[in-house]
Amino acid sequence: MAITEDRPLALEAGAVTKVAARPLGALTRPQSDVGWASWFTTVDHKKIGIMYGVGSLFFFLFGGVEALMIRIQLAAPDGQFLSESLYNQVFTMHGVTMVFLVIMPMAAAFANYLLPLQVGARDVAFPRLNAFSFWCWLAGAIFLNTSWFLGGAPAGGWFAYAPNTSVTFAPGSGMDFYAIGLQIVGIASLVSAINLIVTVLNMRAPGMSLLKMPVLTWMLLVTQFLLLFAVPVITIALFLLTFDRSFGANFFNVEQGGSPLLWQHLFWIFGHPEVYILILPAFGIISEVIPTFSRKPIFGYPFMVGSGIAIGFMGWGVWAHHMFVSGVGEISVAAFSLSTMFIAVPTGVKILNWLATMWGGRLRFNTPMLFACGVIAMFTIGGLSGVTHAVAPSDTQQTDTYYIVAHFHYVIFGGSLLGMFSGFYFWWPKVFGYKLSEKWGKINFWLMLIGFNMTFGPMHVLGLQGMARRHQSYAKEDGFGFWNGIVSAGAFVIAFGTLAFLINIWLSARSAKRNPVEVGPDPWDARSLEWSTASPTPVHNFDVEPTVEFQDDWWHRKWGENEEGKIVRKAYPADIAQDGSATDVHLPSPSYWPLVLSLSLPVIGYSVIYTFWLMIPAGALFLAGFLGWALEPADDPEAAHGHADHGHDDDHDADASADAADEGASVG
Amino acid sequence: MQTLRLMLLTKEPPLADSKLSEATPAEATETVTEHTVEHGTTTGISNNKLLMWAFLGSECLLFGALISTYLLYKERFNDFAANLAPFEQDGRNIGPRFGGEDGEGVFDIPFTSISSFILLGSSLTMVLALSAIRRSEYRSFRIWTLTTAALGSVFIAGQIYEFTEFVEKGLGYSTNIFGSAFFTLTGFHGVHVSIGIVMLLATYIMHKQGRLNSDKAETVEIVGLYWHFVDVVWILIFTIVYLFPQ
Repeated sequence: MAITEDRPLALEAGAVTKVAARPLGALTRPQSDVGWASWFTTVDHKKIGIMYGVGSLFFFLFGGVEALMIRIQLAAPDGQFLSESLYNQVFTMHGVTMVFLVIMPMAAAFANYLLPLQVGARDVAFPRLNAFSFWCWLAGAIFLNTSWFLGGAPAGGWFAYAPNTSVTFAPGSGMDFYAIGLQIVGIASLVSAINLIVTVLNMRAPGMSLLKMPVLTWMLLVTQFLLLFAVPVITIALFLLTFDRSFGANFFNVEQGGSPLLWQHLFWIFGHPEVYILILPAFGIISEVIPTFSRKPIFGYPFMVGSGIAIGFMGWGVWAHHMFVSGVGEISVAAFSLSTMFIAVPTGVKILNWLATMWGGRLRFNTPMLFACGVIAMFTIGGLSGVTHAVAPSDTQQTDTYYIVAHFHYVIFGGSLLGMFSGFYFWWPKVFGYKLSEKWGKINFWLMLIGFNMTFGPMHVLGLQGMARRHQSYAKEDGFGFWNGIVSAGAFVIAFGTLAFLINIWLSARSAKRNPVEVGPDPWDARSLEWSTASPTPVHNFDVEPTVEFQDDWWHRKWGENEEGKIVRKAYPADIAQDGSATDVHLPSPSYWPLVLSLSLPVIGYSVIYTFWLMIPAGALFLAGFLGWALEPADDPEAAHGHADHGHDDDHDADASADAADEGASVG
Repeated sequence: MQTLRLMLLTKEPPLADSKLSEATPAEATETVTEHTVEHGTTTGISNNKLLMWAFLGSECLLFGALISTYLLYKERFNDFAANLAPFEQDGRNIGPRFGGEDGEGVFDIPFTSISSFILLGSSLTMVLALSAIRRSEYRSFRIWTLTTAALGSVFIAGQIYEFTEFVEKGLGYSTNIFGSAFFTLTGFHGVHVSIGIVMLLATYIMHKQGRLNSDKAETVEIVGLYWHFVDVVWILIFTIVYLFPQ
């Protein structure tokens, strides 16, 4: 069925396409899918996923350096390392960077690379929109960070409470960079969310019903729905802020009767679902890792999926627990206390299910599994301190202290980030064709885990002692010196852990180059569809569109039960996996236009901040990108046609896809 | 047939959302009879249409946040304006209650009612345009598409006129919180209508170039989804902003 097409191939794995160029304006259709230039024009979900991963790791180092600067400043009483103003900028940008430029794009890396593979698709539903999402994110990230050189970074905290963000209290342009930068990053998230939702709902392989999808696919799907509904709320909040600062609106102008509390509501209606946007992908990742390394199916799959969906819904009803001290009224406080306690239930279900999956399993403690166990332990601590915040009187005591800082680092670092590292080690052989070193992986894990607990454990104590967040220094007689010293030492242990990860990548890549070891399609004896194709994943993903019978279908093809009910091997992965040798698979053609279009957005941003005249080049770039995109067919008509699963009505198909992109352009 | 085969293989209803599931059988029939959906998608709904539905879902929250802001600020503004001492007023109390020529609010309800009905009428012409292209009646498709775009433009023109009237009466964007909230909410809606007009003109041009015919009526349907959504939002805004007791 796969090979019905005898016309020339479009994009053979690893080969330069030989397609006649069709001039389109100044730029011709990009030709190649290899070489460095191809990364700028690619629409391949795997390449885009890798770029998200590299980008997020880069900003992870950036945000990490900011964290170290904070810890140097606070290591001893009366620190002199950072001035008050610089300290405000550094802790603000640390938060913004880690949330929007590290965890979210890292999750997007896994989502981009794995979602199409796990549902058995060739690519995402709208490949050019996917490229646009990435470039848009990168443009926003760079735009935000240029503020360091243009009069100072934002300094109002990542939550940017009004009226501290008004022109009166934040006269520089830092908050403008915050508002517009996050707006651009938000566009990227929204477009990507729509794209991935359509991909999962619409492009599943035959037989893959919703309840046969891997848990990771489910958690990422819930995440995309959360993004779909949360991003527009922050969009409006950021617009109101920009209008206040740039066009003299009065939304947060108390003198005119404006309400600073409105900002808090809008921000946290976005901000609390955002917390689940950060954690659910990691939950999904370890839900793939733990069954694989326990050699058991996930325990209670429907409950796992159901609790993820429940978190997705309940996440919308707890936002005001961030605002217990802002005077929202007793009834609100009581209601949000209750809902916050309830949301611990589905999370607890997940933790019990992971433990039950490991119970009685034949455990292998490879690095991915170590990180996954780290997530369970650390997230449980963070979850428990979270429940203490549901108790409003206790929360009132803890608000704005280091106890809160400890809590959210235990869930975001101990939950999300360790989960992502588990994912890096787990899928590395699938993406790059070699495993990361176990030795360095273990050094990486233990350094991070110990450093993490040294850093954030004592913060509970500091918080309960009354040390306030966001203060640039503390006095000797406050008595916070001892624990702060340990916290700062711990931060450097985390830094060494991160260094171990980078060394691991470098050494493993080098040794893979010197003496390549065939890792095979399925090095971990894993369970989902991405392991049924070659490693590294061929450009067309699957030679033959997979068909699915079971949940964990790939595992069922390798293993079965004998008469005594014992699990016995039916087949070896190398024998039944696809080898990626198909050559006539038609793939979407690369394009310049997503990059061009996304470049116009930061220019519009500078124009709002500095001078209206910049709108002229910005508008020109936007129009060029938009028109180029709309006029360029999604598939090169000169290229070969023939989806593997289609017969000869392909011309029809290509036109339809072109329209798909047209439509995408008018929306995006 | 691809779609049907996939649907049979999918044992459960493809989507939890009841609206989309209801749409599925109808879509599948359409696929077979009209060949409007070429790719066999899992849900039977084409990717483009699902994209638009997801986007509109997101838009609900966008307008939800804006309308909430407006409702909150209308109340706060009324309190604020009522408590201003006469020497503080200086035009700052202009809004739904004060500042009009006859001592009442700034709104001209009869005028806005007319432009609202014009926008509502454009939903009817949009339906007629879709129905025409489905039946390959291209002349009436062109007429109804242009009529829809024209009615939308009249609405936008009315909005521009209304805005300039307000500014002349002394209610600017930064005069007070009512001005900020009102212009932002209705302005966002106006931008949405304008984008809709561009989309309508684009379908018209694509049709003129021969790239959009009855086999791709779905593109018109998707533009129509957006257009109807924007109309529905205006019904909400008109009711909440203009008709609710001030």
